[in-house]
Amino acid sequence: MKYMLLIYSLPNPNQTEAEIQAEIEAYGAFESELRPSGVQVVSSEALHPTTAATTVRVRDGKTLTTDGPFAETHEHLGGYYLLDCKDLDEAISWAAKIPTAKEGSVEVRPVVDFSQ
Amino acid sequence: MTAHAQIEAIFREEHGRVLAALISQLGDFALAEDALQDALVNGLERWEIDGVPRNPGAWLMTTAKRRAIDRLRRASIHQRTLHQQHAVILDLLEIDDEDEFDMDSIPDDRLKLMFTCCHPSLALEAQVALTLHTLGGLSTPEIARAFLVPVPTMAQRLARARSKIRDAGIPYRVPPADLLPERIDALLAVIYLIFNEGYCATEGDSLTRQELCSEAIRLCRILVDLMPKSAEAHGLLALMLLHDSRRKTRAMPNGALVLLAEQDRSRWDQAKIREGIAILDDALTLYSPGPYQVQAAISALHAEAADIATTDWKQIAALYNTLAKMIPSMVVEVNRAVAVAMAFGASAGLRILLRLQDQAAGYYPYHVAHADLLRRTNQIEAAADAYQEAISLCRNSTERAYLERQLDLLNSGSQ
Repeated sequence: MKYMLLIYSLPNPNQTEAEIQAEIEAYGAFESELRPSGVQVVSSEALHPTTAATTVRVRDGKTLTTDGPFAETHEHLGGYYLLDCKDLDEAISWAAKIPTAKEGSVEVRPVVDFSQ
Repeated sequence: MTAHAQIEAIFREEHGRVLAALISQLGDFALAEDALQDALVNGLERWEIDGVPRNPGAWLMTTAKRRAIDRLRRASIHQRTLHQQHAVILDLLEIDDEDEFDMDSIPDDRLKLMFTCCHPSLALEAQVALTLHTLGGLSTPEIARAFLVPVPTMAQRLARARSKIRDAGIPYRVPPADLLPERIDALLAVIYLIFNEGYCATEGDSLTRQELCSEAIRLCRILVDLMPKSAEAHGLLALMLLHDSRRKTRAMPNGALVLLAEQDRSRWDQAKIREGIAILDDALTLYSPGPYQVQAAISALHAEAADIATTDWKQIAALYNTLAKMIPSMVVEVNRAVAVAMAFGASAGLRILLRLQDQAAGYYPYHVAHADLLRRTNQIEAAADAYQEAISLCRNSTERAYLERQLDLLNSGSQ
């Protein structure tokens, strides 16, 4: 079953070089556990911060474009992993290993299977 | 008991075991529940006429499988292609002649069902409702009345939980060893929550609410049976039996609460006390201490004492010290302070309470304990202030009445 692991964290515009490097290393360690494990990583990406986001809405035939994320939230979506797991417990165990889970949140959402 | 009531009692008894096995065989939680529901309706009609079958569990199992097949066939008429999973079910389903088998010959899958119902991804109130419904065999209206919510709210809670189990892929299994400790804790917490809900029930509440204590005990017995090496499952069962032994003396006929010191110990249920202590002894032989066992040991010391004065307070204080290390909390600290005061004098207890002053400001039992110890050390004015504080924070009218009486006694100099 496929699960989206949506990674949310508090934005940190004052992140130091050292902090950025530490984060890269932490994700490197996570990836080196994830990739050889046999679980299928369908897709995974890091996203630019919400300062680079654009929100599009179409109302009454008019396209409305605004700067920023769709809603002001405390924690921002920073990236995701789309994994094919055996069950929810497996997805949860991977979500718990994502470095951002220590200070932010990872939402685990099952993907709809239209073929069923 | 009427025939109808007798049949309902058998349904409640068999529900958990049959449903657990059905889910295993059908691989579909919702289908299994619906099929069993159909079988129960059939059972109610047939058994009142034909009498209860020799093997009610097997009868329900067989009938539910037939009803599952009916449901799948009806569904396939409406869909062009039968859901792949359901096609597999229809192929594999063997219907045994109900006279040939016994429920004991089928593996007891109730443990899988318990852990599924108490999966951490389900909201706690959903875990409680699902456990009572699937394992307790309680109906939706019964659970609604027990937890004082409207029936449609409870129905929706159960429906959402079932959907989540299916949509989020919650596995139907006993968790693997690395997850087991935290999952057992969650399961025990749900059972204890059910018990405490029942413990608060008053005579005016629905019968089901009053029976929640027995239901929690019953579920814990099943758990202890299926997980004999779980010391904490034993511990919780012992704790609940010991609490339950005092239930009748907790409240006066008018509903007012009676404190431990004033309970009529001759009305404590000695059989429950004996059983609770025996189960605690079994737990201790497993050499795996835990908070439920410690709380049960404290409860056992109260149960064995003839009165407050002859209670082994030093042992109780020592046990609270242990408990405070295992599950440190303000609540445990306040209880520890009370025990220490009984064992070593009011000043010793006051020292512990002093450290809690800020944290416990909004917690009225702290102020009650504080008031009592201040009174015992002759700090009458401070004691009166503490009683006032407790009264202002206490939401329970019977407890507030008790506190107001204590304050009056204090002010009139009778203490």
